[in-house]
Amino acid sequence: MQRTDTAPKPVSMPKLSRETIVNIVVMAILLAVPLWASSIGEDYYVNLASLITIFAIAGVGLNFAIGQGGMVSFGHAAFFGIGGYTTGIAAFHNFEETLFMSMPFAVSGTNQMLIIWIVAMAVCGIAALAIGAISLRTEGVYFIMITLAFAQMIYYFAISWPAYGGEDGLSIYLRNELPVVDAESALTFFLVCFILLLGVIFATARLSGSRFGAALGTAHMNGTRLATSGIDPFPIKLTGFVISAMITGLAGALFAELNGFTGPSMLSWQRSGEIMVFVILGGVGRLCGPAIGAAVFVLLETYIGEWTEHWQLLLGLALLGVVLFARGGVMGMIAGSARHD
Amino acid sequence: MLLKVNGLETHYGAAQALFGVNLTVSEGEMVALLGRNGMGKTTTISSVCQMVTPTKGTIEFCGHNLNRMPCHKAARLGLGLVPEGRRCFPNLSVLENLSAAARKGAWTLGRIYDLFPRLQERKSQSANTLSGGEQQMLAISRALMTNPKLLVLDEATEGLAPLVRGEIWQAIARLKQEGLSILIVDKTLKELLPLADQAVILEKGESVWTGRPDTLTEEMKDRYLGL
Repeated sequence: MQRTDTAPKPVSMPKLSRETIVNIVVMAILLAVPLWASSIGEDYYVNLASLITIFAIAGVGLNFAIGQGGMVSFGHAAFFGIGGYTTGIAAFHNFEETLFMSMPFAVSGTNQMLIIWIVAMAVCGIAALAIGAISLRTEGVYFIMITLAFAQMIYYFAISWPAYGGEDGLSIYLRNELPVVDAESALTFFLVCFILLLGVIFATARLSGSRFGAALGTAHMNGTRLATSGIDPFPIKLTGFVISAMITGLAGALFAELNGFTGPSMLSWQRSGEIMVFVILGGVGRLCGPAIGAAVFVLLETYIGEWTEHWQLLLGLALLGVVLFARGGVMGMIAGSARHD
Repeated sequence: MLLKVNGLETHYGAAQALFGVNLTVSEGEMVALLGRNGMGKTTTISSVCQMVTPTKGTIEFCGHNLNRMPCHKAARLGLGLVPEGRRCFPNLSVLENLSAAARKGAWTLGRIYDLFPRLQERKSQSANTLSGGEQQMLAISRALMTNPKLLVLDEATEGLAPLVRGEIWQAIARLKQEGLSILIVDKTLKELLPLADQAVILEKGESVWTGRPDTLTEEMKDRYLGL
């Protein structure tokens, strides 16, 4: 006789960890503020939230490299800038109705964001493949220096490339378009950025939890030990580096759209430092750490910057505090130490 | 013949550590590598697994020449190393440690948990919060999850409490019984010698004696193993 369970099974809600709760709260605030600002017609705050969101995406990219792969890249501005320039160049050729190249096949500009994002990420991926293939043969401080060197090479190349504005950069006169929605609207653009942020956070979380993520985590802890398990650490790290660069490149493309401008400053080493600040301030290896770090950075710059031009002094102090007293960053202070609790 | 090492010599920079090691492991056989401290046991294992590159000699594994083969490729051929000092990946959970290295084959998570039930209880715990014995169980399991043809154990029971050591030895005995080929270095000869099919004694980086462990005389134990 078949046994049937008639009694209803108790439904148990999965217990949320403290970090998950903090993540939900942070994301809810980031979504609520621009919705509120838009409802009272203050697009300024909406754009500020878009900036935080875009910086957060850039940070999520670098956070994947540092937090998961232990690859402290000091050259992620290269990918941020390449993403920006892809947007700028596509828009420039579309506006001027000229071809980007005519040989061996004709490539024109475009004003379609979806295409631009894909191209920006692909170009960043290829650049990261080349940069990573060389840089990842080094470790520690040498890796930091060599990634910085590559970023500086691209920076100076951009400055000396008059076709696309050289030192002056490129203006994007009209924001590029998205299917169905109106990307010109500040709130719509924010929501698009926000959805992309959720997307990259989800993707990196899934990747970190996968076999690939575990292998990437072990590759930087001890490559030889991973090799004795039959996995070559180099391609694993290179793949991680490329994924990280592509995410940061997407952020660069969005940043250029938001500002209607792309220029060498996107490629500068200070930018690399800023992206690293988002990661360290928020908490290395924490899912929503870069969002917190970017928010703290942008808010300090905006509000303390109104009072004094020395706002970076405060940022420096905050960073010093985090490094000395709260290694887990702001997320570590609120949600406790990372993982497996 | 599963593993055949012939005339192995290895240098660390200018210093020579191995001066000619010969050993063979047949299918389903357990071979013990014996010798006092500093005689080259770990270097032999590191050379076989290509963690250090030997300067002379040949290493044949499953019909493949391992000489100058990258470490990960040698591992993929079926060399499963359990390194000295229970080297797990400390920041990964037990499950992540196991899944990172997993390759298809007879060894699955279910079988691992059957061998070491404690790992199942601790599967979501971070490896650095495990006890020494549990870390050793994890290190062995990680190697098993690669479904090796030859399990290489370097000091698998070193520094463990007697009770836990007993558990590890039981597991090793079970692995042997199931037909897994094993190359092992261990100081607890009382448990090791009755299990091993062959013993190879290393003296100053050279293999000086090979034979069945029960034919080891007291004089040899005294001379080569310091017992």
